[in-house]
Amino acid sequence: MVATPVAGPAARGADALLVRRPSIVHRLPAQVKLVALLVFVVVVVATPRTAWPAFVAYGVLLAGVIALARLPFGVIARRMLVETPFVVFALLMPFVASGPRVDVVGLSVSESGLIGGAVLLVKGSLGVVAAIVLAATTESREMLVGLERLRLPGVLVAIIGFAIRYLSIASEDLERARIARLARGGSGGRSSQLRSVAGTVGSTFVRTYERGERVHRAMLARGLDGPMPVLSGRAATAAEWRTALALPAAALVVLAAGLVLT
Amino acid sequence: MHVPDGFIDLPVSAATGAVAAGAVAIALRKAAPEIRETGPALPGLVSAFIFAVQMVNFPVGAGTSGHLLGGVLAAALVGPWTGLLCMTVVLLVQGVFFADGGLTALGTNITDMGVVTVIVGYAVMRLALGVLPRRSSSISVAAFVAAMLAVPAAAVAFTGIYAVGGSVDIPLGKVATAMIGWHVLIGIGEALITTAVLSAVLAARPDLVFVARHLRRDLELVDADGKRTTVAADALEPATGRSAVHLGRRSVIIALSAAAVVAFGLSYFASAHPDGLEYVGQQLGFEHQDSAVAGGPMSGYAVSGVQNTFLSGGLAGLIGVALTVLIGCAIAWIVRRVRPVEKAAPERESSAVGG
Repeated sequence: MVATPVAGPAARGADALLVRRPSIVHRLPAQVKLVALLVFVVVVVATPRTAWPAFVAYGVLLAGVIALARLPFGVIARRMLVETPFVVFALLMPFVASGPRVDVVGLSVSESGLIGGAVLLVKGSLGVVAAIVLAATTESREMLVGLERLRLPGVLVAIIGFAIRYLSIASEDLERARIARLARGGSGGRSSQLRSVAGTVGSTFVRTYERGERVHRAMLARGLDGPMPVLSGRAATAAEWRTALALPAAALVVLAAGLVLT
Repeated sequence: MHVPDGFIDLPVSAATGAVAAGAVAIALRKAAPEIRETGPALPGLVSAFIFAVQMVNFPVGAGTSGHLLGGVLAAALVGPWTGLLCMTVVLLVQGVFFADGGLTALGTNITDMGVVTVIVGYAVMRLALGVLPRRSSSISVAAFVAAMLAVPAAAVAFTGIYAVGGSVDIPLGKVATAMIGWHVLIGIGEALITTAVLSAVLAARPDLVFVARHLRRDLELVDADGKRTTVAADALEPATGRSAVHLGRRSVIIALSAAAVVAFGLSYFASAHPDGLEYVGQQLGFEHQDSAVAGGPMSGYAVSGVQNTFLSGGLAGLIGVALTVLIGCAIAWIVRRVRPVEKAAPERESSAVGG
């Protein structure tokens, strides 16, 4: 705990989750994948808890996409740890929710909380896996093109572009400052050390800010006049839309079947 | 802290998405003159900084360490509008590039952790600075109070969102007590860290801190004859600032009323049907049971009738969900369409000034 490194994916830049594989999912344009996975998650969230077999089918569909994209399941399982705080919340839910109580291994828990927590866990996990599939199959630059193609305001796309480009530099700056502080004898473990940790972070902010000014001046020096140039990306073909939308379409069929049968 | 998918139901997620889109559109408009001046690189790098700092462990006393959420720090360092853009970018990058926080919950996350913390934090800071003496130490005090209030405010906002669109019927009192109680503690940590980092920046480069701009000294020039002339510290700002405020007000009203209409309409829809589709299913499930008990020649008719209403009920639910999503998209689209027309004017102005 004394020397917690600046861990996490940020240190490796915005492509931290990317797994390069020659697959049809990787080749699809980002905007198509974004829309398809968003609609898929919307269908998952819209599914009532009474239609629980549908969730199994969604899981199978997502597993199919993962297999199609040739993503290693281990990587996805590891990345799912991001959910942990939320899992704790879902596990607490049976104990705090209201409604009729049921006995589970000697504990009296709320029935609606038990079912609600389980459904929440399933929906949340499906959502996280869908987001991981998106991040693992899409390069950050293509994701920017996709966001631009989805009509996100140009200024916002430009800001996101700079944010992901300089993300690893900002984390590395912080990491170097931390190592320098440790080398000077600051442990960072006691409350009296807050000032010194904050000092390194503050100086990193000043450095980052000044770098931002330099970057803009360099862009002006190279002839930037007006807004940022549009990223060169291609439009998705109808066939690509059909391929990608097969996933949410299948989920929709599952939802309809689940509603009729249950 | 990130809300995952499935936590908040779809209509309310769409409503918070509309609120977030509206707030971001306003922030884009308000920050436009500044971004034209500094380029998109600066807010981009500040976003990268906030993202990276969120992963630093700060010792906050009593043997515990915490990490920064960053909303109040961003508002203090680069101002409310750019700060809101930076927080939005951080949450968007986390959701889309790092699979942290659900895709459908993006609007909720941006509304909660971005809009509420930045706006509340900045408002509290401004109020506190109005009362406190004009000293640089007042900035730290104001930021401390702001961070301590903004984090519980986000918890209150989340509880409100949960009350309307939560997917499990936990008694609201319990959610509120747990969320707000816990976030009062987090708020103290956030306040300590924000103040410490802000003090460090104030000591090194006070001119970079947005909320300390009023403390900049006027430039006093003394020429060879000993004659003194003063140049006001904010001499360069008012020209672009005023036109932005004028343009912004109309957009604020349009976007806020649009968001209010959507939020009101959708929350009405949501409160009438606690869990849209499930409500329909339950209602009709009971009906189904009743008709099965009744038996007799009428039962066949009743069941087929229920079957029909069930299907139509399910379809109605789906159409409702699709509609809410479409409304959210339409508002974003309209806001986007409207902007370039209005944006053209100040751009021409500034180029005329520049030329």
